[in-house]
Amino acid sequence: MDNKLIVSPSPHVHGKTSTRRLMLDVLIALLPAFAVTIFVYGTPAFIVTAVSVASCVLFESLIQRFLLKGRSTVDDMSAVLTGVLLAFNLPSSIPLWLVVLGALVAIGIGKMSFGGIGRNPFNPALVGRVFLLLSFPVAMTTFPSPAPDAMSGATPLTFAKEALKSGQSVSSLMDGVSYTDMLFGLKAGSLGEIAALALLVGFVYLLCRKVITWHIPVAILATIAVFTGVLHLSNPEHYMSPIYQILNGGAILGAVYMATDYVTSPMSKKGMIIYGVGIGLITVFIRVWGAYPEGISFAILIMNAVVPLIDKYVKPAKFGAVKPAKR
Amino acid sequence: MTKTFRRGGIHPPDNKLSAKTPIEVMPLPDTVTVPLSQHIGAPSTPIVVKGDKVLAGQLIATTSGFVSANIHSPVSGTVTAIDNIPDAGGMRRPMITIKVEGDEWAESIDRSPELKTGCSLQSSEIVEKIAAAGIVGMGGATFPTQVKLSVPAGKTAEFLIINGVECEPYLTSDHRVMLEKGEELIEGIRILARALGVKQSFIGIENNKRDTQEHLQGLLAGATDIKVVPLKVKYPQGGEKQLIDAVTGRQVPSGGLPIDVGAVVQNVGTAFAVYEAVQKNKPLVERVVTVTGKKLRKPSNLLVRIGTPINSLIEYCGGLPEDAGKVIGGGPMMGRAMSNTNAPVTKGTSGILIMPGDESLRPAAASCIRCGKCVSVCPMGLQPYMLYKLASRNLFANMELFSAQDCIECGSCSYTCPAALPLLDYIRLGKAEVMKIMRARKA
Repeated sequence: MDNKLIVSPSPHVHGKTSTRRLMLDVLIALLPAFAVTIFVYGTPAFIVTAVSVASCVLFESLIQRFLLKGRSTVDDMSAVLTGVLLAFNLPSSIPLWLVVLGALVAIGIGKMSFGGIGRNPFNPALVGRVFLLLSFPVAMTTFPSPAPDAMSGATPLTFAKEALKSGQSVSSLMDGVSYTDMLFGLKAGSLGEIAALALLVGFVYLLCRKVITWHIPVAILATIAVFTGVLHLSNPEHYMSPIYQILNGGAILGAVYMATDYVTSPMSKKGMIIYGVGIGLITVFIRVWGAYPEGISFAILIMNAVVPLIDKYVKPAKFGAVKPAKR
Repeated sequence: MTKTFRRGGIHPPDNKLSAKTPIEVMPLPDTVTVPLSQHIGAPSTPIVVKGDKVLAGQLIATTSGFVSANIHSPVSGTVTAIDNIPDAGGMRRPMITIKVEGDEWAESIDRSPELKTGCSLQSSEIVEKIAAAGIVGMGGATFPTQVKLSVPAGKTAEFLIINGVECEPYLTSDHRVMLEKGEELIEGIRILARALGVKQSFIGIENNKRDTQEHLQGLLAGATDIKVVPLKVKYPQGGEKQLIDAVTGRQVPSGGLPIDVGAVVQNVGTAFAVYEAVQKNKPLVERVVTVTGKKLRKPSNLLVRIGTPINSLIEYCGGLPEDAGKVIGGGPMMGRAMSNTNAPVTKGTSGILIMPGDESLRPAAASCIRCGKCVSVCPMGLQPYMLYKLASRNLFANMELFSAQDCIECGSCSYTCPAALPLLDYIRLGKAEVMKIMRARKA
């Protein structure tokens, strides 16, 4: 008998997908937005991203080695992605020690305290961002002006919220505002959220590579558009238009890149729609009636908490789940 | 729109290396070892003893139950032993060893190559002939064909579906039979349809075999009783439930059989064997086997006598490549890796696949990242990640609630898992336990 032969159960072939490959694809999808942000904010944006990525990778490998005492998972690229996404949620003017602190919270508390990749209930990058936002609100909401003639300091969402609160009408504050600038990224905001169009290019790449499906991003953006659209139609002078709402803030970054995080989103298509609609609704509630101008980070984290429940009750349609036909 | 099954599925590289290689008759070996259990069901009972002279096509073992099959000598010669011999997996099983002497066939068998069309036998007579010839499902499941043709009381067959999908990568034996034995195949289909009393038959063929679709459509020009149904390429379309769904749009209910939706499915090889059994009186003693692999010198489609040692097929195709890591009986998705290549070809051997060493080991497993890809590729609409988790914690009773028993073991989940988790290994284990629980409840 030939004993050199390998025997294992079927299947005997494996597809080309790996965790590393998927993470790399998301990083590639984020490249256009990264290019825009470097163009708009220059070197500081690059430094914030580099520090964030380096800190995330370092913290993950240190915790893995000295606390969890397990095999290093750094080569799966997930820490790199968390680093990029965290940076994309920060202003380019943020002090670098806050970036390091945010990375520690994101990786240390958001990811590794649950056991590492695949086990964390909340999106690690958002855990880091929300921690910084609540603890250092000024540093987190001060943005350098992107271009001399663009809106200064405040993000479009903050600007609109303040203006509406002080009694201005939508048409007066929309005076001189350019949707094209918003689409291409000439506005104030965190690193990754400004370049709406570039983010959408990355979305198309992710769809083509089958890294994600359309369900979560479309459910979120459609919900935001429909909800704010209804409000806008009911009182055009008091509620911003849905285009303004979609193009500004973290709507696209959140819908395409944060909410679709595999670990913290539902497994079934139906579940993804429910999750996406939930995120869209909460986002609009916070933006329109809440204390904050932007709410998608909170919305995603809240819906992250609901994912186990969604996965328990929303199962895919089973093949053959029909009553035997009487014949 | 081209038809396919409703949900899930994957697209593994098809690697049909031998698709253009015509069927070649393999020379007779010196001895054959014929297993008494080549089918699902009770092993057959030998009716020869050591020292008996037998002719090719002579009955040497008979059915020993309702679900069982006759076995005929594939060669002429002398029975030298009836004892336990290791099979491809290394398990000792009863086999009849026959030393080959010449090539004398039993007189009743018509070995002329002429096509014989037209069958006026009654349904029951056809089924009897098929049972006598020892025909089993030749796609790999090896369910005795006469049992599948006996429609239970209260059910009616509306369609006969011929499985020409061959969705397993590498395998090409059905493809070659459809191309080279098209007329015989069509006659076999008509005989099966007559036995079942159905008016409409379909041949499901994927679009990676356009040559075959066109060839059979040409042969069927003007006929309406048999239709070639082109199907989108997608694994596991050859699964019985998936094929019925793709062709008719009907779903076999969970726990049910094809006949519950009026369908009977037969494989291409089986339909060809039925032609030979009914029109030529020839029992099932040989079959077409694809011998293939990226490093194999001569990937081939061989017409081989049952009982021929597998390593002699490999030798015939250029010998085992030096870096061979795995030898698989069947295709790479659902085939079985073998430890013993001295084992014989059986009625269910559709292919021998040799994988190079570097492709034989599985990638290292990592953590589940909950990507949900296993859920979206599962053709049965199950949640493989959940079944895996439950099985790894021995929560078998919960696995029934997640329908582990519906798993068809196609392997799409394991194939697609980016963390390379052995999902199907665990689901298989759990499925066996769930079946035990279900049986215990019935008893």
